[in-house]
Amino acid sequence: MSLPDYGFYILCGTAVILLLTEAVRDTTNFAQTLVFGLTQGAIFALVALGYTMVYGIIELINFAHGDVFTLSAYVGTTILGLFAVNEGSFTALNLAVLVIIFPVVMLIMGGINVAIERVAYRPLRNAPRLAPLITAIGMSFFLEGVMFLWKGPATVHFPNILPQWTTTVAGVFFGFKDIFVIVTAAILVALLAFFINRTRLGKAMRATAQDRDAAQLMGIDINRTIAATFFIGALLAGAGGIIYGLYYGTVYYQLGFRTGLIAFTAAVFGGIGNIPGAAIGGLIIGLTAAFSDIYIGGRWTQVVIFGILIGVLVFRPTGLLGMRVPEK
Amino acid sequence: MSNAAGARPSLRERLNIRQRIRDRDTAVYGVLIIVALLFPLVTIYATGGTALVSHATRAGYWVLLAIGLNVVVGFAGLLDLGYAAFFAIGAYTYALLASPQLASSPAHHAIHINFWILIFGSLLMAALFGAVLGFPTLRLRGDYLAIVTLGFGEIVPQLFYNFDQWTGGINAVGLIDQPLLPAWIQGPWSGDGDFKVVSPFNFNTDPVAYYVLVCFLIAIAVLLVTNLYRSRLGRAWMAIREDEVAAAAMGINTVTTKLLAFGIGASFSGFAGAYYAADVALVSPDNFLFIVSITVLVMVVLGGMGNITGVIVGALVMYYLVFYLIPGLPENATSLASSIGLGSLNQSSGDWPGLGEETQRLNFIIYGAILVGMMLLRPQGLLPSRVREQELKHAAVQEEEAAVEQLHAT
Repeated sequence: MSLPDYGFYILCGTAVILLLTEAVRDTTNFAQTLVFGLTQGAIFALVALGYTMVYGIIELINFAHGDVFTLSAYVGTTILGLFAVNEGSFTALNLAVLVIIFPVVMLIMGGINVAIERVAYRPLRNAPRLAPLITAIGMSFFLEGVMFLWKGPATVHFPNILPQWTTTVAGVFFGFKDIFVIVTAAILVALLAFFINRTRLGKAMRATAQDRDAAQLMGIDINRTIAATFFIGALLAGAGGIIYGLYYGTVYYQLGFRTGLIAFTAAVFGGIGNIPGAAIGGLIIGLTAAFSDIYIGGRWTQVVIFGILIGVLVFRPTGLLGMRVPEK
Repeated sequence: MSNAAGARPSLRERLNIRQRIRDRDTAVYGVLIIVALLFPLVTIYATGGTALVSHATRAGYWVLLAIGLNVVVGFAGLLDLGYAAFFAIGAYTYALLASPQLASSPAHHAIHINFWILIFGSLLMAALFGAVLGFPTLRLRGDYLAIVTLGFGEIVPQLFYNFDQWTGGINAVGLIDQPLLPAWIQGPWSGDGDFKVVSPFNFNTDPVAYYVLVCFLIAIAVLLVTNLYRSRLGRAWMAIREDEVAAAAMGINTVTTKLLAFGIGASFSGFAGAYYAADVALVSPDNFLFIVSITVLVMVVLGGMGNITGVIVGALVMYYLVFYLIPGLPENATSLASSIGLGSLNQSSGDWPGLGEETQRLNFIIYGAILVGMMLLRPQGLLPSRVREQELKHAAVQEEEAAVEQLHAT
């Protein structure tokens, strides 16, 4: 353990102590913020996983990923518009739509992301490293443009088809949708962990992330593995987009930019390239944003989040769970 | 080697001239200088106004930014995604110290410092912040540095928002002082007398004055950067860019060298920021968002990283696309439609918002498609650096040789 590590632990310790003081001082408010932070963090975690997987395998900061997330909410609201869903009460139709909308939108987004990878990143695999970064930014603008053209600059309504059940426990207010968001995200992360650790393709992904050339020599189809990574990243972002829409009720075309940056911060916080790290990082960043909104003030949240980002990288560049990797 | 040798030296001289013309950099600089000299004359004569000169002036500070970022990204190979932060720091340094703004702040006293002094103040301020940010972070691996700068670039404009007591926050800093020429320059040629070479060289009313100023600043920047590139420091940057471990083994102090690249790059941004604040006379945090950093980065990459003429051309091309061609498209589309008899397209009806509005909505898509298309067509940039080009070729040849060897082995 080196000096920067101590700095990291001191910073984390200070934050925990400050939060505990608040928790004792006003428990209800603290618990309420905690609930909000966890739901928000669950959404960040789903987006962060896509960033971390893509970075882990091709070392690209995929700026278009946040816009894939937003686009999925746009696709979702369009599909919901096809059905006579009932906002306000939960009907059998709502349940049926809810069950089919997740796989449909997730598969559509997976296809779109694979197409993006095929067009914008694969031809540049051996180009200078900044070239794919620029195409990623170009793709981000392109997707924002598509959404802008499709639904205009105003915010877009996302029908709230979840049960409206809410309750108050010891002064803390929460509803079905809070539980829904956290449970869905947890299921998806568990599925992802199973896929990465237990399946053949998941093994191929880990091998490719570790050493692309060696993986190729072992007979792994690199292009297919990278495409699969993009596909799975988009599945998670697609689910995240629908969950976001269901939870907040509105989306707008530039949403992905800020969400993407924050989710990326979460991925770095957890240790970029590290899958459990991205999930935990997402939760922590979501909680941080919520606590900062309540205790410091909304306009400082961005400063706090990116300040944490810089602090983590200075004191512990590999992130919370990342391992020390030698220079390649 | 002297003239005594007869016809030979003259032939050599001629060859030398030819070689110089063939040398791409000289040719590009020549074209740029001629265009820069003729641009105000031709456009003012042709359009009767100075709108295009103002555009060229604004293109000028993008060129300055691109030249500065090229030091960081192109020479030293450090990816900086928050370059706009230093631009903001430079602009706000000038805006606060040369405007009535501080009178309404807790300081209760407006400060008006001369432009020519403060432009160096802005430069130093940006360099200082570059060093402060760089010192703890430059020992990080390449991509982590990019992420730190990204975070810094997000924080700085937000801080200018939040400290609204001092900076006016969202209300922006206005009424910023114009530069004044020193008295000794305001000779008879610039006054109202009978004898004058140029029209009154007045920064209050004349966009041409800003144009001339930015051209001078760019010329100075190019000279400085070219000399840096050829210096010991420049070679150290390139060594680090190619292989940091090997460079350190050769005795280069990598942290100091990278810090210098970062600080010098930031100082160019601060320099451009002071000029920008004086030119637009209104500085708001919104002018320094992530999109600015990205646009400058695109200019550098698109022009050809590491090559000074390349990034100048890249900056001009991108400026033309982003700030002239694409914003002008809706107007051009509607007038084209009216002139070929499709004027009905311009009216909005039902879901169709009218051709102008529709083209406006297409802007993002066009910009994104241009970025992707250009990178796919020329990933090495428009005018790539010669050294880098050879390195890439060398690598390709090596790979081919390796493949052939592999074939033989099997």
